[in-house]
Amino acid sequence: MSRAGALLTREVSLAWGKGGGPLVALGFYAGTATLLPLATGPEPARLAAIATGMAWVALALAALLSLERLFERDYEDGALDLIVLSPVPLEIVCALKCLGQWIATGAPLALAAPLAAIALGAEPRLAPLIFACALVGGLAFAFTGGIGAALSLGARRGGLLTAVIVLPLFVPPVIFGGGALDAFAGGLPWRPGLALLCAYAAAAVALGPLAMAAACRNALS
Amino acid sequence: MISHLSLENLSVRRGGRLLFESLNLTLDAGEAAALTGRNGAGKTSLLRTIAGLVQSEAGTVGFGPQDPGAARALGLHLIGHLDGLKPGRTTREELTFWSLWTGGGAVSIALAIETLELSTLLDLEVRRLSAGQRRRLALARLIAAPRPLWLLDEPLSPLDAGWRRRFGQVMANHLSTGGLIVAAVHDPLPVPHKTLEIGA
Repeated sequence: MSRAGALLTREVSLAWGKGGGPLVALGFYAGTATLLPLATGPEPARLAAIATGMAWVALALAALLSLERLFERDYEDGALDLIVLSPVPLEIVCALKCLGQWIATGAPLALAAPLAAIALGAEPRLAPLIFACALVGGLAFAFTGGIGAALSLGARRGGLLTAVIVLPLFVPPVIFGGGALDAFAGGLPWRPGLALLCAYAAAAVALGPLAMAAACRNALS
Repeated sequence: MISHLSLENLSVRRGGRLLFESLNLTLDAGEAAALTGRNGAGKTSLLRTIAGLVQSEAGTVGFGPQDPGAARALGLHLIGHLDGLKPGRTTREELTFWSLWTGGGAVSIALAIETLELSTLLDLEVRRLSAGQRRRLALARLIAAPRPLWLLDEPLSPLDAGWRRRFGQVMANHLSTGGLIVAAVHDPLPVPHKTLEIGA
């Protein structure tokens, strides 16, 4: 247990560490959320209709940005070799790394998501649901994104490869979360969308580490 | 715990090139082995093979009666030039994490800080350390988390003369308490040892 706690502390502090971490992700999020209305046109009615959707897509992109170095830096400097020399299974190591990533960048992004949506013209009453979707969706983004980060280990331009692998895996949470928010705004049943989002996140947390560990073993051998 | 290491007919291939073949070595508790050989002969690959990070093409690595997986997870330290230390974290953070991760506790961490004289460096970021100080931080793990088998990849190279002598005493202590050491070296190892020349 002390091993797991030590690793989680390390992962959170590395993600928070010098070079921005969550601040860079938040800045990227703010930038994307500002760019979208400039491209679609500033009429408030049109913006309000797509505000939650834009906030949600920008969130997926910001989550992707911070994933690139999740395994790469430990792979390059030999830390991954040393982490393997421990009784903690590699699957647990991968899960803890993704969890640390979620705590350090997913949670701050989830706090920013309602603000961005409201700034784009979404109704304030949507804020709690946007926060909940972003928090659960962030978990799904971290654990599916980790698979891409692990698979691209050792590849040149690994960050780009990560994005190509991961974006298709981001499709279901974007659909479920966006659907729930749309339904809530239109007074329709929104719980099924949120439930599907939670189910996808749960599946990612359960299965993602198996795939990440296999990819890490492959890269190390 | 590991009290025996045997390499039998070990062959390792990296990147399509056969580095060495039919290598044999037996070490018992309290014994050290020096791996020598020119650059690129495969000393680092041999250490990584013993640690289970590189698959051998033929032959076996045995740890006595112990299951190799458990022996590697609990019984060995690997210290080389890829030390896994993060430049942006402090000496204290890195020492504490790696010690806890490899099974150390507060008492052994304090002993490691004292033995490697790290107390004045604890609040410095790893990027501020000199090569020798950084190596001392990496070596501190050996004491902070006691494990019987030490795999050392040129442990002395960045150390000054005084620290080479003192690390020699640390190695001698480890051997006298039943430890095993396999070290890739270019300079003579400052403890009694067997020599295994690779790629001869």
